[in-house]
Formats: sequence, C-alpha cells, structure tokens
Amino acid sequence: MKDTHHIVRVVGVTKTFALGQMRVQVLKGVDLEVEAGEYLSIMGPSGSGKSTLFNMIGGLDKPTTGRVFIDEVDISQLDAYELAWLRNRKIGYIFQTFNLIPVMSALENVTLPMIFAGMQNDRAVEKGRGLLDLVGLGERFLHKPAELSGGQQQRVAIARALANDPAIILADEPTGNLDSSTGEEIIALLQKMSRERGVTIISATHDFKMLNVSDRVVWIRDGRIDKIEHRDELNISLGTIQERHASTQH
Amino acid sequence: MKNTAGRPHGKAISRQIVLPWSKSLAMAVNSLRIRFFRSLVTTFSLVLAIAFLGYTLTGSAIARELFRLHGEAAHPLLTAAGYTLDAAGGGLVTGPKELWLMALSLLVCTVGIVNAQLMSVTERFREIGIMKCLGALDRIVLRLFLLEALIVGVLGSGAGALLGLAASLGASLVHYGTLDFSGMSAVPLLVQAGKAWGTGVGLSLLGVLYPAILAARLQPIIVMREEH
Repeated sequence: MKDTHHIVRVVGVTKTFALGQMRVQVLKGVDLEVEAGEYLSIMGPSGSGKSTLFNMIGGLDKPTTGRVFIDEVDISQLDAYELAWLRNRKIGYIFQTFNLIPVMSALENVTLPMIFAGMQNDRAVEKGRGLLDLVGLGERFLHKPAELSGGQQQRVAIARALANDPAIILADEPTGNLDSSTGEEIIALLQKMSRERGVTIISATHDFKMLNVSDRVVWIRDGRIDKIEHRDELNISLGTIQERHASTQH
Repeated sequence: MKNTAGRPHGKAISRQIVLPWSKSLAMAVNSLRIRFFRSLVTTFSLVLAIAFLGYTLTGSAIARELFRLHGEAAHPLLTAAGYTLDAAGGGLVTGPKELWLMALSLLVCTVGIVNAQLMSVTERFREIGIMKCLGALDRIVLRLFLLEALIVGVLGSGAGALLGLAASLGASLVHYGTLDFSGMSAVPLLVQAGKAWGTGVGLSLLGVLYPAILAARLQPIIVMREEH
C-alpha cells in the first residue's frame, strides 16, 4: 500500500459520560485513519456513539482516553487559542440544523470566519460572493437565513465551511432536515467540493444516499467500529445495502 | 489538489483569531438593532434610574448654587424644597431618604440589567456556539457583549442624565422662581449630570459582566446539543 497522508488519526479513543451515579461508556476504543481528500461517511444508529466520535474528530469534545490527531497534531494538547485556530482554519463545520447566525445575511455568515482569520473586509466580501456563486446562491447573498429555504441555508453553510479553505469538512447529518431531492443536491455539492478542492469530507449520517458518494463508510455499533467498507465493496452491494444495514441491527 | 493550510504549530500560530474593532462595533450595533424592542426595554430602566439620579444630583447642585448666591435669603425656599442646612452652615446635606432612594433605584436598575442580559445570553446560546465553532475566542464574545452594554449605557444613561437635568431645572423654576438665577454657574450642574451619566455607563457594564463571562465560556459543542 502506498504511503498516504493521514489528515485525521483516531487512536484508541474511549469516552465515558457520567449520568448521575452511572458511568456510561459511549466509545469503547475506536481506531480510525482518514486519508487527505477522502469522502468518509460514519454510519450508525442513534446511541451508537457516532455523534460522540464525530465531535471528537471536530475538536468539540475530548476523549476520556486515547488520542485524536488532526494533521498529525494531537488536539488534546492544544490550548484554547490553537483550538480556535484549528476550528477556524482547519475545519469547516456543517450541521443538520444549518446553524447560520440568524441576525446576519448570507454573505455576512460566509465572511465571518474569514474576518476571524484576519482577512480584510473587502477581500472577504469578494471571496464570500465567489463562494456563494459556487454553491449556487450568487443572487441571494443579502438574504437573512430566515428568508432562505432549508436547502439554500445548507448551501450557505457549505460556503461558510469552505471560507478559509479548510483541510476537513465535518458534516453532521447534512441532509437530515432536508427533503430527499434537496438532500441529493446537497450531497452532490459536497461531492463536487471534495473532488474539485481536495477537501476531506467526514460526514455522520443516516442517509443512504450518502453511501453513493463515499469513498469509505465506517459503521459504528455499540461504541465500536463494526466494519469499514470501501467504495468498490459498496458499489457491488448498493442495491441490497438497506437490507444489509437492517441485518446489522439484529 | 492537496490542501496546504498550515498547521496549528510553529510559525502559523502567529496568525491568531481576530475581530477588528470596527467589525466588533458593527456587530454589536447590528445585534442591538435586530433586537430593538428588547434593547429598548433594557435601556428604559436605565434611563429612568439615571434620570432619577441625575434629577437628585443636579437638584442639589442648583440648591447649593442658590445658597452660595443668596445665602440666608434662600434658606426658607430651600427648606421648603426639602433641603437641610448642615450645622456649620457651610452647605446643604442630602437627606438619608434621598440617598436611600437613589441607592435603591440604582440597585433595582442593575438587577434589571443583569436579568435582561442573562436572558439575552440564553437566547443567543446557539449563536455564540456557532461563533465558537467558527473560531471565535472567549475574549471576542466577551468584547461583543461589553460593547453592546457600552452602547446601551452611553445612550441610555446619556438620555437619562439629560432628562434628569431638564426635570430638576424645571422643578427649581417652580420651587425657587422668586429668586434671581443670574450669576449661577452651569458647571456644577453639568458636573453632576456627568456623574449620573458615568454612573449609568458603569452600571450597564457592571450588569453585563457576569452574563458576558457566562457567554464567553460557552463551549462550541452546545451547538450540537441544543435543539430548537
């Protein structure tokens, strides 16, 4: 196998939450390596630890034991400033609920990460307009999130995630709040970004439409990696994937 | 195409997360404008409290000036207006009742500001979480809330101080209309109005401090947890 650059490395990660007297181990030792430029989907039923793993990779949560490396940097060793920098420059987040700032226009939402990164306002506006064009919202840049449809809001969120040319885009159920055809458009857009810009996309999802575009799919069950499937394996079994997934539930 | 964004170590770290003052100010103003009615309610309690403080402070400044100008001749009118001369006869004493009322109104006002700001922070949990996800530092969030409070403080207590000054001028015309006002210096009045103004700005900032620290310490992960 050729030596590839690992943009994300998860090593022996466990996570225990305290629920009153009880201690619940949500992740029971996860190892995962993600190559730069890869489109990775994390699949799993709710309660499987999928979201917890996802949050760890995004630096939003810290593991109880084990390590998470982003670009070979152990993110548990970073201080608040470095973490902020990581979130700003290295990672773009996309959420199920879009999470645009409601009081700001589409353009202001997209330029905010660039302003945080120290970019001049004029340049940020120029780049922001370009990104909104790219996601197909060139004309609606002055609209507030409430004046946009769900699919349009998610497009703004994708433009925002791309603002500082991050190495990784983390998408948490990006199609979860969208109807089927809008969801497909968003998936196609993410795939396009992954191919054209070489961004690594890591997505936690329930959406089987996502599998089509994924290079690899990681199935999480009971806090462990159940199996990892490559695209070629997926293509063969795509017609029956629904049943296969159903069978893994038993 | 390989992404070549730097890594959070070494030289790259000198590029720290920033938010220029002009942008901070624009965001604070925008935030106030969007929640105009809420901001107005918060500001209104400040206006009233500072108007009362300003009225009391400038009222006694006027009384002191009149006593300086007219001496004993002003005594009956000042007494009638509720002022007492101190034993040495050198000046006027603010009654304990006035002090008590002033302290109470400022206390109520501060509690009101803290309450309104806590609500504002709770309302904006998600917004703050999003900004944190985009890389905002604690101090950027803190600065935005302090700026908002500063604007509310400067405008609200400025209006309050002017209102108080106008009211005390009006009242003194009614109370001491028979006395000659010429030769009276405006400086002590303005100083007292300024004191009221400054107090208002101070209270506004004091009231936002705890809510703003709370907001600044929010973790970005709340974006994932809170569902609306």
